[in-house]
Amino acid sequence: MTFSGRRGTVQALQEIDLSVAAGEFVALIGPSGCGKSTLLRIIADLQVPSSGTVTVAGKSAAQARLDQEYGFAFQQAGLLDWRTVRANIELPLQLHGVDGDARRRRVSELLGLVGLEDFAEHRPPQLSGGMQQRVAIARALAEKPALLLMDEPFGALDEMTRERMQDELVRITDETGAAVLFVTHSIPEAVFLADRVVVMSPRPGRISQVVEIGLGERNADTREAHEFYAAITTVREALRGRLGKGDGDGDGDGALVDSREAL
Amino acid sequence: MTGLALQPARPAWRRDARLMRGAGLLRVIVFRAGGLVAGLALLGVVWEAYKAWGPTGGAHLLGISVLPRTDDNAMPHLWTIWNVLGQQDAVGSQQTLSFGPSSSGSSGGQTVLGAIAGDCLQTFQWAAVGCVVGLLVGMGLALLLDRSRLIERAALPYLVASQTVPLVALAPILAQWDGSIKIGGWTWSNGTSIELVAAYLAFFPISIGMLRGLRSASAVQNDLFTCTAASWRQTLLRLKLPTSVPHLLPALRLAAAASVVGAIVAEISIGQGAIGAKSGIGTRIWEYSQQSDSARLYASVIAAAVLGLGVTLLVGLFDLVLYRYNRLGARD
Amino acid sequence: MSGAGRFSVLALPALVLGAVLIGLWQALVDGFGIKSWILSSPSEIWRQLTSLFNGIVIATTHTGLNAIVGLVVGVVVALLLAGLCTRLRLLGHAVTPVVGALAAVPIVCTAPLFLFMYGLTSSTPRRAVVAIAAFVPVYLNTIRGLSEMSTVHAELMRSLAADRMQVLRIIRFPGALPHFCTGLRIAASLAVISAVVSEYFGGLQNGLGYFISDQAHNTNYPAAWAAVLAAVVLGLIFFAGAVLIERVLLERRVTTAS
Repeated sequence: MTFSGRRGTVQALQEIDLSVAAGEFVALIGPSGCGKSTLLRIIADLQVPSSGTVTVAGKSAAQARLDQEYGFAFQQAGLLDWRTVRANIELPLQLHGVDGDARRRRVSELLGLVGLEDFAEHRPPQLSGGMQQRVAIARALAEKPALLLMDEPFGALDEMTRERMQDELVRITDETGAAVLFVTHSIPEAVFLADRVVVMSPRPGRISQVVEIGLGERNADTREAHEFYAAITTVREALRGRLGKGDGDGDGDGALVDSREAL
Repeated sequence: MTGLALQPARPAWRRDARLMRGAGLLRVIVFRAGGLVAGLALLGVVWEAYKAWGPTGGAHLLGISVLPRTDDNAMPHLWTIWNVLGQQDAVGSQQTLSFGPSSSGSSGGQTVLGAIAGDCLQTFQWAAVGCVVGLLVGMGLALLLDRSRLIERAALPYLVASQTVPLVALAPILAQWDGSIKIGGWTWSNGTSIELVAAYLAFFPISIGMLRGLRSASAVQNDLFTCTAASWRQTLLRLKLPTSVPHLLPALRLAAAASVVGAIVAEISIGQGAIGAKSGIGTRIWEYSQQSDSARLYASVIAAAVLGLGVTLLVGLFDLVLYRYNRLGARD
Repeated sequence: MSGAGRFSVLALPALVLGAVLIGLWQALVDGFGIKSWILSSPSEIWRQLTSLFNGIVIATTHTGLNAIVGLVVGVVVALLLAGLCTRLRLLGHAVTPVVGALAAVPIVCTAPLFLFMYGLTSSTPRRAVVAIAAFVPVYLNTIRGLSEMSTVHAELMRSLAADRMQVLRIIRFPGALPHFCTGLRIAASLAVISAVVSEYFGGLQNGLGYFISDQAHNTNYPAAWAAVLAAVVLGLIFFAGAVLIERVLLERRVTTAS
């Protein structure tokens, strides 16, 4: 691909073709500078590409955002400190004109979903990092989006909390049936959470490999299983560029983004 | 299908307000100055518009006057104020009894503009001395308060309360000190009282700003100095003073403006007696307020405003000098 | 730590220092035989305070009234203008530098201007001066609070497709409250001082400023000091009021850093 001549403009991402099927959990992993967060943010219309187009759910990224086709979870929770947990979760509903009763019901559902019923009237500074992320996830799910975009939401948490949050997330996404596009830099996390791990490499950012994860139903024993470690090794090798062509293919129903294998 | 070339910088919808050296700083200054000019022009338009269309006798709400009268004496036209600067300032010397013969002689041949400019310079001198004294006292106080939490807890309430004392109140009392206090060969003059009042107003923002600055080093930085067994003096010189610069500079600007206010207000309350041959812009304002020609009064008030602003900008230059220590974005 | 224990740790050093200073002051005046027109002793001041109590209280009420009216007007105008200038960026770029410049000029000097505008028998000139003095810090602090928005909140609002009014209502206003409270504290103390100082430019003969200068011109310096004390108390009352308002507005917040 051509290198843009203007100083300061680096081609951060090459041709990307990515699809996420309905209810599928896709993890994006790669070293720093491979553009995984950038890609996610472009999809979410939080960053505008200087050239090229993005199609999300058959629309432009901007239109998809305005139509609220997805929920976004940030790395730093992004909660409003002056609002209670309940008020934080109901923020999207409030913004989009959902009336009071419907809001209250939905928020109670969500509090139950993320297991924070006892903390509804607390304020974010009183919560631990993991709990804050749970609130953020509940908020992202408030309007039952078909797709969840998550930008390293567990990045700031310690290992034990991370594992607990991963269990929670698997349960939540199973219950809601939402598709997830999850950016992470942790290999075990990607393998545990995802149906497919998309491996990216930098300079320029591109998809180098797609690894299918066939671990089935996740439970307490998953992290001890032999298949888990095998999958981790596969992904690690892919990251190091030792594997050849990827063995994943990315077709599926309800494709949200056009797909093609890329190298 | 499609490639995505990206700029690594921020998208258009997110404003980037960080100051940068060189071209960036110049752009900010021009932008601000342009805004200031636009704002002042807007005010001028509102002024003249009100004069043209506002109620002549002003407006009253529940018996209290809310809008001012629009006649030419209450609200002179902007160009009248401009013109008055060229007039001769002979009026002041005759009508005011408070000035000695020497001052009336000097202002006899002066224009209003010349008189005002001279007064501003005198006020500036008094304010400058007061500001320097306030700076030294404020810094010393901050160092003292930083040294001992006990002293801080004892003294801070009084420090805060000291600023609630209306210094004009002290001024008539200070006026009595003129000529009565002698140390060595030097006699306390009214000028000294004015400098004292200016210093009084200046030391407070300095001491508060400096105290905050001395405490502003991060925990990591403090730990570093503790680990290397640095003495209090070394920590002061190499850590606390440099990190206090971003807090001291805005405080210095506040102190500069405050010292001008102090000098002017002191002049007014002391100078109703006599400051001898010297006259500052405060006395000039008082003088003109006793006369019927309001245009001169407006001119002198505007001059005082310009003085305050000029002093603040002047002190603001220190920001550039101490650029190295002024961590960008470290404003509180 | 118990309530009484906390109180003694926090307030005791200040009270002790105060008592020591007053004691030193009295000793200094008595010991050196300092004349009352240089420095009055605490005992003389107290005597004058009690004997002229009514007069001082009346003067304090007048000044206090001017201060509170000016403060309320200044705060309300500042809030409205700050909100308007956040909505209309272009207006803000013209207004904010002017107010910033105003912060550097001696506002009390406008008192004689207002006397010309409203006449010598009106209280409005003093209230106008107080209003301007209060307006400046509240506006500057509030506009700064309204324009600062953390990146993650900005992105959150964008990801939720919120329009500008919603962002203003939901993020900027609550986020600006702490800044507003800081400005209010500054404005409250400035209000009293400006009210007193503006009385020195002539006009009605009520108020503490007039009382002080009147007593000083009659060489009753202890009485002047007593009135100064009253002014200090008035200023502290206003400051305490501002702190109280801050507590109420921010009471439900549990901030991690202040």
